[in-house]
Amino acid sequence: MPLKKIRIFISLLFLFVTSLLFIDFRDSYVSNTSDYILFLQFVPSLIGFLKAITLSSAGFIIILLVTLLWGRVYCSSVCPLGTLQDMIIKISNRKRKRYSFSYHKPHSIFRYSFLAITVLMLFSGSIGAVVLLDPFSNFGKIFTGLFRPVIMHVNNTASVLLEQFNNYSIAPLQIIYNSAPVFIYSMILVSIIFVLSYKHGRLFCNSICPVGTLLGLLARFSIFKLSVDEESCSGCGVCAKVCKADCIDTGEKNIDFERCVMCFNCLEVCPTESILFNKINITASTADIDNKKRNFLAQMSFLLVSLPLISHAQDKIEVYVKNKFKVFRSSPISPPGSRSIGNFNDKCIACHLCVSACPTGVLQPAFLEYGLKGIFQPRMDNSKGFCNYDCTVCSHVCPTDAIEKIFIGEKKIVQIGKARFIKDNCVVETQKTNCGACAEHCPTKAVRMVEYKDNLKIPELTDEICIGCGACEFACPTIPYKAIYVDGNPVHLSAKLPVQEDLEDINPQEDFPF
Amino acid sequence: MDRRKFIKNSVAFGLGVNTGLGSYKKLFGMVKDDKPVYDLVAVKGGEPDVMFDKGIASLGGMKNFVNKNKTVVIKPNIGWDTSPERAANTNPILVKRIIEHCYEAGAKTVYVFDHTCDEWGRCYRNSGIEHYVNAAGGTMVPGNSESYYQKVAVPNGKVIQEAKAHELILESDVFINVPVLKSHGGATLTMSMKNLMGVVWDRRYWHRNGLHQCIADFATFRKPDLNVLDAYAVMKRNGPRGVSVQDVISMKSLLISTDIVAADAAGAKLFGLEPDEIDHIKYAHELKAGSMDLSGLSIKRIKI
Repeated sequence: MPLKKIRIFISLLFLFVTSLLFIDFRDSYVSNTSDYILFLQFVPSLIGFLKAITLSSAGFIIILLVTLLWGRVYCSSVCPLGTLQDMIIKISNRKRKRYSFSYHKPHSIFRYSFLAITVLMLFSGSIGAVVLLDPFSNFGKIFTGLFRPVIMHVNNTASVLLEQFNNYSIAPLQIIYNSAPVFIYSMILVSIIFVLSYKHGRLFCNSICPVGTLLGLLARFSIFKLSVDEESCSGCGVCAKVCKADCIDTGEKNIDFERCVMCFNCLEVCPTESILFNKINITASTADIDNKKRNFLAQMSFLLVSLPLISHAQDKIEVYVKNKFKVFRSSPISPPGSRSIGNFNDKCIACHLCVSACPTGVLQPAFLEYGLKGIFQPRMDNSKGFCNYDCTVCSHVCPTDAIEKIFIGEKKIVQIGKARFIKDNCVVETQKTNCGACAEHCPTKAVRMVEYKDNLKIPELTDEICIGCGACEFACPTIPYKAIYVDGNPVHLSAKLPVQEDLEDINPQEDFPF
Repeated sequence: MDRRKFIKNSVAFGLGVNTGLGSYKKLFGMVKDDKPVYDLVAVKGGEPDVMFDKGIASLGGMKNFVNKNKTVVIKPNIGWDTSPERAANTNPILVKRIIEHCYEAGAKTVYVFDHTCDEWGRCYRNSGIEHYVNAAGGTMVPGNSESYYQKVAVPNGKVIQEAKAHELILESDVFINVPVLKSHGGATLTMSMKNLMGVVWDRRYWHRNGLHQCIADFATFRKPDLNVLDAYAVMKRNGPRGVSVQDVISMKSLLISTDIVAADAAGAKLFGLEPDEIDHIKYAHELKAGSMDLSGLSIKRIKI
């Protein structure tokens, strides 16, 4: 059995379907499939399980069992960041024409420290280390912040080309870039991963990644292990050169199975078939993943030219009076389903799948809006969009239940914040002109236009039916500051459903009024 | 009979034999085709598609507006992610029927788009309009990308001198405006003229700078060839989005006019308001974008 081929196939499959989740631009499948596709992702499953023990969040237990049987299969086949590194390693090796790894001692201080910090912080109630170190959420951050805009650019270029022939079948997508700090973090992250894997194989997985270290500890006790048959081994060292975990010591004829990421590269190169795994002898040829490499190179080159546009040219307005009062929020706004900011900050691993899935773009990664404890976790950014009244996509894709599954009926009465009105910023007051954009967009009529002076109408708010969706804030045309904004509820409240009287239909047999 | 006349008649005779007398007459413009004799057609009491059939027939049929091989753009109101019975968007069956009439008249392509308020994909889908447009063979075009909007001059505008308008409005041969009659927090009512806000890119500018005047200004830009005002189900309050289906009453009415201001003046009356209670109707009348004086118009009234 060509174990390496199977590994490559499974890992590419996981990478592919996981990536697809992040580029479902019109919610065609993400909310129905993400639970299944992400079932085996270790940290999302573990975090979900810690907060609420359910069968659907038991994927990490399967990973633990698999590790006890065969070692770190998760690292070789399931982890999308691992496969991403494998692709970089592949490029690196092609460049050098040959594999040139060699045995190195483990960086045990690093890896155990990172694991210890992560676990201790988790037990003390902080998810911060997970947000920064978990391979799945880092993959999500990189994909959402860097790859996704590139793919959107490709889509938009295709859209423009087709449009020349009056073909409108590919819709242009609105690209919302991460804010500068989040973008910089993603760039640093991707650089570290690129450099480490390009030069040192899976060093990230064996020195930094707490999941790798944890599963490695478990792999010490695996039932089936890769090992060297000391009698038949000639000590030629070929296996060590292809070992991207740098864990085969040919001098000692020993494999450090704690660091082995189960890539099976060694199995197929050994001329004397001295590497044993469950007593199966392996013959396999190198799988050709040339196209993947090209795609990846293409993506990376796009990446360089797709730096975020920092500012949009402001329209020249002559008749408009600029307003003066800055908006201060007493609390950021967490998405509906997250129950409270505290709950959300505790559970969210910042994988940004919801950011990718949000159809309006209102969910954006925070920097310090939640404080340090919620760094990079998504928040409602009403300058980018507003929460669609009939949408619950984010709650259905969240792999840790930081955003709990809610359905439309419940979503419509979850109050994530309350609209606040700054009259002195409103055009009705500053320009003496009717506007009504906020009331127009309000789905519950918590914002209504009421009689003001001089035949003008001005917004009036009803807190108890406001759900804090931010439609009013997004629509408000005033510049530079909004005249209406949503102040977050640190603990989500329940809004009332708007109550209305019935109206009478008009008799179609009545005469025309003209 | 001079030579030229002889040739003309001979050719005409041949063609007339081949294509029927009507075509012969049309070919030389000897008889003006049955030009619409009404400024406004009001229909009441039927389903949206039936009302449109009757209404457009009294204007001589769609062939008076759409010639063979022409491209048509239809601009319904698809602004909101709500279901058809909420009447926040134009009735999808009406849109479908209009597309069918266009194709029967020989249209090459019929495009449909709106620059929506809610997320466009959900609006297109949940309004039912995407489905019915596809069923009728029309093409749904996204309206959410600034790249589709081109700068145009609005020379007769008071506040708006320029705007960015969707390229289909600029390029298509025929422009059919298909708004839905609704209450509106900012504009009092939204009808034909307000619906044109969905063909421009920067709507916030309008809100900042006097909504009513901007609406009226833009009505002078490109006059739709036909305005079809859907008043089958009418959102009486809480517009333009509405809160629930309780905001909606059944009115089973439809207005068709080539005069955008007249259509809106009649729409206001249907709703129970006087045209001059709505500033943008007044302003548009003053800018001569059309006439709000219904008494001066020839109106065809049809009850089903």
